[in-house]
Amino acid sequence: MDADLIINILYATLRTGTPLLLIALGELVCEKSGVLNLGQEGMVLMGAVTGFMAAVVSGSLFTGVLVAVLCGIGMALLFGFLAITLVSNQVATGLALTIFGGGLSAFLGSSYVGIGIEGFTPWELPLLSEVPVLGKIFFSHDPLVYVSWILFIAVYWCFRSSRAGLIIRAVGENPEAANALGMRVFLVRYAAVAFGGAMAGLAGAYLSLAYTPLWTEGMSAGRGWIALALVVFASWRPERVLLGAYLFGAASILHLVLQGLGFEASPNLLAMLPYVATILVLMLIANDAIKARLNTPFALGKPFRPQL
Amino acid sequence: MTRIELNRITKRYPGCVANRDVSLSVDGGEIHALLGENGAGKSTLMKIIYGVVKPDAGDLFWEGEHVEIRGAGHARGLGIGMVFQHFSLFETLTVAENIALSLPASEVGSMDTLKARITEVSVRYGMRLDPDRTVHSLSIGEQQRVEIVRCLLQNVKLLILDEPTSVLTPQEVETLFATLHQLAAEGCSILFISHKLDEVIALCDRATILRAGQVTGECVPEQVSVEELARMMVGDETPLSENYSKKDGGEILLECRKLNYRPEDPFASALQAISLQLKAGEILGIAGVAGNGQEELMRLISGEETSAADTVVLNGRSIGKDGPAKRRAQGLCVVPEERLGRGAVADMSLENNALLTAYQSGLVSGNGWLNLGQIRKFTQRILSRFNVKAEGSLAQAKSLSGGNLQKFILGREILQQPRVLICSHPTWGVDIGAAILIRHALIELRDQGAAVLMVSEDIDELFMICDRLCGICDGRLSPVRKTGDLSINELGQWMAGQFDVESELSDSITDSNSIEEQAL
Repeated sequence: MDADLIINILYATLRTGTPLLLIALGELVCEKSGVLNLGQEGMVLMGAVTGFMAAVVSGSLFTGVLVAVLCGIGMALLFGFLAITLVSNQVATGLALTIFGGGLSAFLGSSYVGIGIEGFTPWELPLLSEVPVLGKIFFSHDPLVYVSWILFIAVYWCFRSSRAGLIIRAVGENPEAANALGMRVFLVRYAAVAFGGAMAGLAGAYLSLAYTPLWTEGMSAGRGWIALALVVFASWRPERVLLGAYLFGAASILHLVLQGLGFEASPNLLAMLPYVATILVLMLIANDAIKARLNTPFALGKPFRPQL
Repeated sequence: MTRIELNRITKRYPGCVANRDVSLSVDGGEIHALLGENGAGKSTLMKIIYGVVKPDAGDLFWEGEHVEIRGAGHARGLGIGMVFQHFSLFETLTVAENIALSLPASEVGSMDTLKARITEVSVRYGMRLDPDRTVHSLSIGEQQRVEIVRCLLQNVKLLILDEPTSVLTPQEVETLFATLHQLAAEGCSILFISHKLDEVIALCDRATILRAGQVTGECVPEQVSVEELARMMVGDETPLSENYSKKDGGEILLECRKLNYRPEDPFASALQAISLQLKAGEILGIAGVAGNGQEELMRLISGEETSAADTVVLNGRSIGKDGPAKRRAQGLCVVPEERLGRGAVADMSLENNALLTAYQSGLVSGNGWLNLGQIRKFTQRILSRFNVKAEGSLAQAKSLSGGNLQKFILGREILQQPRVLICSHPTWGVDIGAAILIRHALIELRDQGAAVLMVSEDIDELFMICDRLCGICDGRLSPVRKTGDLSINELGQWMAGQFDVESELSDSITDSNSIEEQAL
């Protein structure tokens, strides 16, 4: 393999990993606050279709992104109202949200199938993009990739050394105690759920406006589910989510490259590669039971009812 | 000056009145006891002061001014700190992070200055704490220190402690009392909730006694006798005097033979060559400070952990490899130390919890159908016989207070009429009336010919009801001796590990020889 191919593979890895990174970071924050939202897939699809529609109608990609994010937040708040305020079962509600989002997005987008738009083009960052090799791999992406890095740093820093992160962790571990200390459990959980929705909407916009600038039904292709698994296998640590997302990206690209090179294996087996590789690697780094326990939000999925 | 005053506070819950016309006042620098049995309404009253529960009627005055406390945050703002019975700590966070969360953001400053403050305060009040440890790795006593230090950092003027000593070893209690005295001397008021009379007498300046939600007396504990205090607390019906006859046991029902144990969990204790014999018709007590191997021993006997077959012998059969169900089928019943989690399932009804261990006593028909009528009857028998306060047999286990749940679990095991009952801390966290009830039940079980093995830290209680006693320290068992021939001092030495293991072995050998001779 020549150097250009490798550079291209790494470049594509980052692109492919970005939607996963966004969804998983959002879900991580949401789960850290103790809420398990299985509606990622539905929120991503809704983000993708509304973002695409808004971009087509307004002619502005940024309007599209904004609408997708707002739509994700709206879906998340709907989930929040059911699961937090009405204390419905989080698993069932999340699944319903996914099915709802899948159906509604197909309905809304039916007349937009087949329309092509000019998606996000790479922004070559001044100076940085001229660095040999690294410049091409890291600094010639579309703006949403840079946004995902900024958000990663924000989430990482939030849980590492901010009071907000501490409060989210506290609420996710022991909501009763958090309430007794005067923290506003509902508010924190709503905010975390909304953040998760915003991220899923953003990931949707990335898919339909940057990665493949078009709308097709079910275009998220299960990324919401992979992101969910990613968060668990990354034991709720942002840096491992980043690693897992890009690992998945690399493996996805690799299986295309292998097919292109005429590698002799069933394409179905090769298509499994990204899933297997990501989960295997994350399992191997997360085998310390005590540390895993320390990172797991203890009250995950458990509804909180304040005492009267 | 009066720090806080409650005037005719009333709080009703569906089906019961938790507090009725309760009035009480605490002065600055005073240690005030709130004394009462489980369910007397102490905790509700404290939650009202802390703003977590709203009263239906009545007034609250803070430093002379009428206030309505809107929530925990408001209470803390006024200078009220509370240490709950069940700690409100976050186990996966460090000590410093836990404390940072309870302080207003503006007060936390940088993490390093906060750590320095924590260390300073904990040293000043004699409660050593490492701010960088995660809470789950702390002992219960240390976790309580985190709670107290957390209050102290907020410059509390009134510190409320809800049954703080129920989870502490005697040494930890002493440290705590020293800290509380120091705090009071500096002008902080302390409201000390307890049902332990000796502690109230030792610590408190004044006491208010609650019974069934109402104030039944106020006194200076030093000036009244223990009996008077107890009488105000439990009412006139409950007998207070306790004298239990001692008995010699009959044949050996349960035996441990050189039982060794290497735990996988590095924090558990190992056991070394434990040998003991439990006879029919006796209560054998094992005294020890928590964490010396008694919990592991109980698990090995109950079957939660298995061992080589002939190291545990029940009724002449080697059962070391059998699981708990097989052992229960042979008449071994168990009351574990943890009530919720191991003794009962928090979210299940009392009926289902009764079924969990008592299914072998006629609650399930031969072909596997549940006998719902029998289950209900059995549960209701537990409730009435052991005076368990619960909203019927369908109440969730977690809705019961600690003492009532303990009565329920003990009742469930005793009503199965076991041949052998092993129980950990049978009266732990239970009020006087309930403790007497439980002790009578144990004695009655013994008199019916069952063998009872009991682990406890409460030396007075062990001497009161056990026929033979031994101590456990560092996974080794001391010699076993008749209660009448043993002094409290000697038992204390055994608990501290001052005994000769060799003599224990020879003792048990001669003991078993003599039994065999008798049998012949």
